[in-house]
Amino acid sequence: MLKLERRPAPSRLWTAATPVLAVIATMIAGGLLFAALGKAPVEAIRTIFWDPLFGEFASYSRPQLLVKAGPLILIAIGLSLGFKAQVWNIGAEGQYMMGALFGAATGLAFYPTDSVLLFPAMVVMGAFGGFLWAMIPAVLKLRFGTSEILVSLMLVYVAQHIMSAASFGMLRNPEGMGFPGSRNFQHYPAAFNSELIAGTGMHWGGVAALGAVVAAYVLLTRHILGFHIRVAGEAPRAARFAGVSPVLLTSICLGTSGALAGLAGLFEVTGPAGQITTDFASGYGFTAIIVAFLGRLHPVGILLAGLLMALTYIGGELAQLTLNLPSAAVQAFQGMLLFFLLAFDVLANFRIRLVGSKSVKGAGA
Amino acid sequence: MMGSIDPILLIASLMVASTPILLAAIGELVVEKAGVLNLGVEGMMIVGAIAGFAMAVESGSPLMGFLGAAVAGAALSLIFAFLTQVLLSNQVATGLALTLFGIGFSALIGQGYTGVRPPPTPKMDFGPLSDIPVIGPMLLRHDPMVYVSILIIAAVWAFLKFTRAGLVLRAVGESHDAAHALGYKVVRLRVLAIAFGGACAGLGGAYLSLVRVPQWTEGMTAGAGWIALAIVVFASWRPWRVLAGAYLFGGVTVLQLNLQAAGVAIPVQYLSMAPYLITILVLVLISADRRRAAQNAPASLGRVFHASS
Repeated sequence: MLKLERRPAPSRLWTAATPVLAVIATMIAGGLLFAALGKAPVEAIRTIFWDPLFGEFASYSRPQLLVKAGPLILIAIGLSLGFKAQVWNIGAEGQYMMGALFGAATGLAFYPTDSVLLFPAMVVMGAFGGFLWAMIPAVLKLRFGTSEILVSLMLVYVAQHIMSAASFGMLRNPEGMGFPGSRNFQHYPAAFNSELIAGTGMHWGGVAALGAVVAAYVLLTRHILGFHIRVAGEAPRAARFAGVSPVLLTSICLGTSGALAGLAGLFEVTGPAGQITTDFASGYGFTAIIVAFLGRLHPVGILLAGLLMALTYIGGELAQLTLNLPSAAVQAFQGMLLFFLLAFDVLANFRIRLVGSKSVKGAGA
Repeated sequence: MMGSIDPILLIASLMVASTPILLAAIGELVVEKAGVLNLGVEGMMIVGAIAGFAMAVESGSPLMGFLGAAVAGAALSLIFAFLTQVLLSNQVATGLALTLFGIGFSALIGQGYTGVRPPPTPKMDFGPLSDIPVIGPMLLRHDPMVYVSILIIAAVWAFLKFTRAGLVLRAVGESHDAAHALGYKVVRLRVLAIAFGGACAGLGGAYLSLVRVPQWTEGMTAGAGWIALAIVVFASWRPWRVLAGAYLFGGVTVLQLNLQAAGVAIPVQYLSMAPYLITILVLVLISADRRRAAQNAPASLGRVFHASS
């Protein structure tokens, strides 16, 4: 009989090894799933994980890696702070949309201008929009004890409708011949988030993501606040005695993750997406939850996990084209990855002991 | 303008609009009473929606559809049960994984079913009773699932209040260590509760795709599972209040749809936000009264149970 024995502290080796195991298990299970759908499993897995980097269309798909990984990493870094402290912001998708809206509205309000101050102002407003949207669950939690999980999630749907209202109303392109959607930032150089180095896919969002990784690393390993975040999550009572203010901590965790999600939205709407439309939301806010966990809530881990998740996005699109694999397959694939990760985590937190049936009886006697 | 909305029809359509969240919420109530927080309701609902839809279309029988949805919802919830009860994973993270996986997986199996019409679910026949003025058209002309959902509420209420098994379930939810010390099978009971919750969520999803809409579209649950979670909190874990809560939200949904149809001068998008905003408002009102909110919450809710001996 197998028995679980809690480790005094999570095993460092297994903590690092479980994501790798989870990815391998997902590839196998995913292969079975694709086989069940009537696709060649090995080919499908190769198309998703190998071809975007080294296949024949790699020169097109490689830059996409940074384009997709940027927002994922940016959002996941913010979420990881909260998850560490057991503050569950799962509405990053909404904060991402509000950041895009606030930033885009700022840019469009000054149309047409060529001031160099415009883009920085939009960045600030984008972060502010996400921050504001995340502070709603924070304030409600602190003032009334309302669950931040449910409120932040409900606000995703509200943001979705505001987005749709904006693309039909306030922000609609006056020269768009009545079609919904804002002006395209591509034709508005002062507000456009262009590629910094041609052909790499690196835009300001990628720079911000790298900055966030470094900042989070410093915060968590070198700063007292990072220590407070960890204590609050692992031993809430000890944190209370150590004088950690739950009000401050919840506000910082939710506010920061909201601001980073807002930034991600701003860089997306002014760059790859180009405009506010009804279907601007792309699920980055939800996939970032997987990225945060897959990266073990560690900044460097998140960086790697973000790149891997971006790879599955691009590989999924490629598989859609070449193998006719439905786009939803990748979503199911990503969900499966999180399942396997959580399952294998048992190895990090527990020792598995083989207990003979005799000794079980002996223990009971 | 408000005069164009017929109160009898409003209540009749309110009952239909509420049934999906009602079913999902009563299932989640049992799960939470056993001390488990399953945030995967949305995922189980949407898998139930497509599984029920596919079963009903393939077999031509709505009954088979609902059965298939319940089985699919329960099967999916068993993944959650295995991870949280056997492998002792974090319930919040696992529930989120269930929702993310369910949304993707349902879209995957739903590929061939967009635009297909499901077989119609027949209405209950109460004979001449359905012709009673006001009450007839309001309450007695629905499909069987509306009544089944109310029966499930009554059954859960009676189970928790009057049966020994119900008492054990509540004990497990209040203090799993004490229940374990008394010799109750904490894990087995929780797995059963989770499967029941999954089956109910599946039924709720199938009601959406087979009766309420009725067709299959990707992501069609649109947060209904999350609203169901909110209703359990709103109901302070009491079965009949789940009914009240679900009908309240159904009422808001139907009213805003009616206002849209009546052509009120508010943009459609702002009306569509109403159910979500009201959910937040109600959650705030409930949780603001902390003493009452805490009274009924199962004390072991969301905590990992690991029997050390």
